[in-house]
Amino acid sequence: MRIAPVLVLLGALALAAPALAQEEAPPHPGWSFSGPFGTFDRAAAQRGFQVYKDVCANCHSLKEAYYRNLEGIGLSAEQVKAIAASIQVPAIGDDGQPTTRPALPSDHFRSPFANDLAARAALNGALPPDLSVIVNARAGGADYIYGVLTGYGEPPAGMKMGNGMYYNKYFPGHQIAMPPPLQADTVTYADGTKATLGQEAHDVVTFLSYIAEPHMEERKRTGVKVLIFLVMLTCVTYAVKRKVWADVH
Amino acid sequence: MAGLHKSELKNPVMNWIDTRLPLFTLMNKEYAVFPTPKNFNYFWNFGALATVALLVMIATGIFLAMNYTPDASMAFSSVERIMRDVNYGWLMRYAHANGASMFFVVVYVHMFRGLYYGSYKSPRELLWMLGVVILLLMMATAFMGYVLPWGQMSFWGATVITNLFSAFPLVGRGIVTWLWGGFAVGDPTLHRFFSLHYLLPFVIFAVVFLHVVALHITGSNNPLGIDVKSPQDTLPFHPYYTVKDSVGLCVFFMVWAAFVFFAPNFFGDADNYIPANPLQTPSEIVPEWYFLPYYAILRSVPNKLGGVCMMFGSILVLFVLPWLDTSPVRSAKFRPVYSKLFWVHVASCIALGIVGAHRPEGWWVVLGRVATTYYFMHFLVLLPIIGKLEKPLPLPESISRPVISRGGGPLPGGAPAKPMEKP
Repeated sequence: MRIAPVLVLLGALALAAPALAQEEAPPHPGWSFSGPFGTFDRAAAQRGFQVYKDVCANCHSLKEAYYRNLEGIGLSAEQVKAIAASIQVPAIGDDGQPTTRPALPSDHFRSPFANDLAARAALNGALPPDLSVIVNARAGGADYIYGVLTGYGEPPAGMKMGNGMYYNKYFPGHQIAMPPPLQADTVTYADGTKATLGQEAHDVVTFLSYIAEPHMEERKRTGVKVLIFLVMLTCVTYAVKRKVWADVH
Repeated sequence: MAGLHKSELKNPVMNWIDTRLPLFTLMNKEYAVFPTPKNFNYFWNFGALATVALLVMIATGIFLAMNYTPDASMAFSSVERIMRDVNYGWLMRYAHANGASMFFVVVYVHMFRGLYYGSYKSPRELLWMLGVVILLLMMATAFMGYVLPWGQMSFWGATVITNLFSAFPLVGRGIVTWLWGGFAVGDPTLHRFFSLHYLLPFVIFAVVFLHVVALHITGSNNPLGIDVKSPQDTLPFHPYYTVKDSVGLCVFFMVWAAFVFFAPNFFGDADNYIPANPLQTPSEIVPEWYFLPYYAILRSVPNKLGGVCMMFGSILVLFVLPWLDTSPVRSAKFRPVYSKLFWVHVASCIALGIVGAHRPEGWWVVLGRVATTYYFMHFLVLLPIIGKLEKPLPLPESISRPVISRGGGPLPGGAPAKPMEKP
């Protein structure tokens, strides 16, 4: 009877403690691609591409990536061709006039706005950052992006919000111009996965982590081979050294 | 004196070449039979490691330059193109970016090795000073290389560091405008930094060559800090030190590879993955870790010009180090006081590095000032005085008889070394 309120109080304090700190550390949901042997969860990355295509791509560019990069998350060449062909990209027609044509796998992802000024004009002065390397471009990486996507909420009492700004627990300064992009069931997954907010955020961060470094898996695989080789080479070299030096006193 | 070289090479083709251009004889003399003190520890690996680091940096850099575009509007994307589209471009770039940190690690260890064992003392003063020149050139090269990806930290780091020169009275602003090639860091700055970043490594290579020539004139120092007295004190460089350096090189490559393949952005700043934006200053502008101690010294002085002078002074003082240290004994092994102070000095350098990574607020300012004061006091006050007051331990007779018992005679372990065949 007596101990329960104490426990509740302690629990509340424990929960409140990080919130009292100036910057709360973002959540750490665990990623398929972390660690020296980590690989991208292909299904999650494909779902993440769906989230990107249906939601993020309305405002954010992905300038450095190509449609062909989608083959790296397990889509076939035919699927990639079809996805690219469904998107019209700017081109110059045979008459020399600006026109559009269906994209090819070799094309960069289409940017939603012609330029930064067009983006600001359409979005209340805010400029959505390019997402090509966003996971590398933020301290905290994938955890931080996941935190921002899931960190929206009501501002604490007394906090004065700027015009058109939203409260976000993890964004520096806690005022972000991006409206909450994801809610539960923002997308309907083709593979039947339940589209909770956490699931959507997890999937799109997996996709963006792949896009930030399409060679990550190759890098780690190569690294394992290189290190195994170097360990063996070190052992052999050290043995030779011992033998050469054996007669020196 | 002109005249053909009398080559001893058996192979007629090599003999023909060697007679006219005795490269093979030179290499044999300087790298194969070169008499080297027999008592090196593994800290004597770091000169070779630094040379290899320089070569790898030049090699990877040449391939990167083939695909990089030094234009303010294209530089960032060209680096991403290297990462995504160039075959093994990611490997080249990560090896190069982490290589800068690896190069500084081995050079700093190499320098502290020299400080501990007194390698800067007569007759190696010029050898040491050439090393300080190499350090300065490395710093300039690394700084300009960090600007090339044209991310936020590249741009703002370049702005902050070049602006330091504005502290000089009268000519300051003019120098900064001249460095920039304009009235702000911009496209001309990027172009010239790329050009110089490509040039300076070859200048470094030339000074390294002089460093090695000077080394081969004076001969290497050694952990005991005493001169080589007889052939029994030395070993031919090959195979003894080629194989010992190879062991260190393998370990060095393992550390380097671990970063390249498993933590390639460990030393980097996330902000440098944001394209440079002259209209938006990052919340904190922090240099790469190898510049943090100097940055801390700069910020510890309340006056801008004073800070800049102290920062440059922290390197320049190394040039006169051979004359500041008054002790005739080289190795700290035989200097009971200096061997303690050495570690205090190392601690003060590390403390400066940590201070440099923090905002100059509260206790960090105090710690920065204490460490800065100690840094200069170590060189300008303590070294000259200690050298006079300290009573060094008795030095060993020779390298091949390193142990002197308390009574003065050699210990049983100090049996004479097997005589080496000398040319």
